[in-house]
Amino acid sequence: MFKRIVVPVDLAHSDLLANALDTATDLAKHYGAKLIYVSVTAETPTSVAHNPKEFADKLAKFAADRGVAAGIEIESKAYTATDPTIDVDATLLRAAEDAGADLVVIASHKPGFADYFWGSHGGRLASHATISVFVIR
Amino acid sequence: MSDSNDESDNVTSEALPAPEGASEIIDTEYEIGEQNITPQIGPFGLDIHNPVFVISGLVVVAFVILTLAFQTQVEPVFTALRGFLTSNFDWFFIIAGNIFVLVCLGILVSPLGKVRIGGADATPDYSYLGWFAMLFAAGMGIGLMFFGVLEPVYYFGTPWGDQPLMRDLGIVDGELADPATVEAARRMAMAGTIYHWGLHPWAMYAVVALSLALFAYNKGLPLTVRSIFYPIFGERVWGWTGHVIDILAVFATLFGLATSLGFGASQAAAGIGFVFGIEGIGESVTVAVILIVVITAMALVSVLRGLDGGVKRLSELNMILAGILLLFVILVGPTMTLVSQFFSNLGAYFQQILPLSNPIGREDDGYRQGWTAFYWAWWISWSPFVGMFIARVSRGRSVREFITCVLLIPTIVSAIWMTTFGGAAIEQVIARASESAVFGYVIEAYVPELSLFGMLSELPLAAITSTIAIILVIVFFVTSSDSGSLVIDTITAGGKIDAPVVQRIFWVTFEGLVAAALLIGGGLVALQAMAVSTGLPFALVLLLGCVALIKGLMAEPR
Repeated sequence: MFKRIVVPVDLAHSDLLANALDTATDLAKHYGAKLIYVSVTAETPTSVAHNPKEFADKLAKFAADRGVAAGIEIESKAYTATDPTIDVDATLLRAAEDAGADLVVIASHKPGFADYFWGSHGGRLASHATISVFVIR
Repeated sequence: MSDSNDESDNVTSEALPAPEGASEIIDTEYEIGEQNITPQIGPFGLDIHNPVFVISGLVVVAFVILTLAFQTQVEPVFTALRGFLTSNFDWFFIIAGNIFVLVCLGILVSPLGKVRIGGADATPDYSYLGWFAMLFAAGMGIGLMFFGVLEPVYYFGTPWGDQPLMRDLGIVDGELADPATVEAARRMAMAGTIYHWGLHPWAMYAVVALSLALFAYNKGLPLTVRSIFYPIFGERVWGWTGHVIDILAVFATLFGLATSLGFGASQAAAGIGFVFGIEGIGESVTVAVILIVVITAMALVSVLRGLDGGVKRLSELNMILAGILLLFVILVGPTMTLVSQFFSNLGAYFQQILPLSNPIGREDDGYRQGWTAFYWAWWISWSPFVGMFIARVSRGRSVREFITCVLLIPTIVSAIWMTTFGGAAIEQVIARASESAVFGYVIEAYVPELSLFGMLSELPLAAITSTIAIILVIVFFVTSSDSGSLVIDTITAGGKIDAPVVQRIFWVTFEGLVAAALLIGGGLVALQAMAVSTGLPFALVLLLGCVALIKGLMAEPR
């Protein structure tokens, strides 16, 4: 049913991603789909990497390691945003489009009061994407 | 300029930095965000640098409350403070300004100019046009609107003896001087104005911008002011040394910004009163405060739309409007005179730049202390803000290109703007002497907010152009408030540019509040006093920063 599955990854909080990553791996195996990790970084140094190249390398390594552990091939693609606080959602949408994905599996936090003003990335992705979005909580 | 992310799409294709893109990454134990705390306040999660955000946030809140509580008592304090600082430290500001220009020119001609910011294959995110639009909107917009007519006319005919270098006055006792003196006074007035808006301010911006860009993009340190000082203080920049530097930068930005917001609000209020014929609005602090509230609300919307959807769009809109206004004044005003004066003014500027930059043995106290020292302090207090903006758009350019683009081109644009607005206004004064509106607002009575509108009122279509001018002031206000809060947010989040959006909202709100509180508790002089008093310590910080910058550049592969 699904051929290309995109998983947004936040390398600064990779410990919170376990559920989403495992679900995505299971789905990919089940449907024989291609799995692609995407991530958005600032162009400035972050807690993860000194520059966008280093960030892309780390993401690639993260994807490769997960792929070996799961016994499937996982691709990765890094994006930069000039104003990540605001631009993350739009960039992730574009990432899903670029990858030709038919499913996005994304980890999200529990909805709270503040979500009435600034929704979660997962929530916003689900309401704007034309493809299926699986929000894991 | 909308395709800002295109280059980044290919980052995965090159796993290792190309040899040419090599840079000296500083190896530090410090991890970005390691001192950040993530408290949950009500429904809002924050991600803030512990001492820096907490201290600057608390001091700003306390400042607003105290100023409002003791409004009548604080006014004389502010007046005395500004006078004390500018009359005792004018030599220091002037020397510091000269050093920044010399450092920039030195780097420009030395082999250090070959260093490339951010590695060989980084490409800029913004076109030159979008970049300059933001540079001017953030860096000088409100000031150009406020001082474009005021400053040249003031120097031309000041009855208070504030003319640059105490040279010729074009108007003596309300009468025009003889033609030769008038021409000499005009040239000196323009030189004295362009001096304040030319190489010196942009050199201050360039030093900060280049340092921030170098230490973030080439050395991999967090995008915050303390990183610049790593070559001097080493690991200590992550401790209190760095906290103090960052907190100073936050205060400088906040109060420098509040000064501009105060100018903008009082000019917009005066303009609205002028265009719609409502008496007393220009002098009303209440109206100015209401304007600050409304405009801050607009800035909130802009900040929620982000850099590309907010500041950049508004800056481009403003550049178009400012361009229209500029062309209008050139075409409808004395076109040929202005064109020829542009070159003569640039000539006068370079002829007078040395005597004007001389820090000692001068008699023009009114000009040197009242204007130059204030401007230098104001630009320095703005420099972390404008600098960080320039830094974020300068990846992929060589240091030489960078200095040329940040130092020389803006100087020429400022000269064009001042020639047009100041030149047209001086022509009006020469043609109609004491009957011209500008004469009334600048020389006869001092109503600085109305100087621009006075000049426009004597050109055709005054109602339309004045309305455009009001819109320009308001939108410049919005972009300054918005981009300023982005920068303060970055510094107080320990160099993170992806901190939760609620922090920006906090800073936008408090910028408006600081401007409003200062206007109520002492008016524009209070704003200027705070800009000068935060500019002074930050000037010292920046002088030290020049040393660090040169050290940092020398360590880079060229």
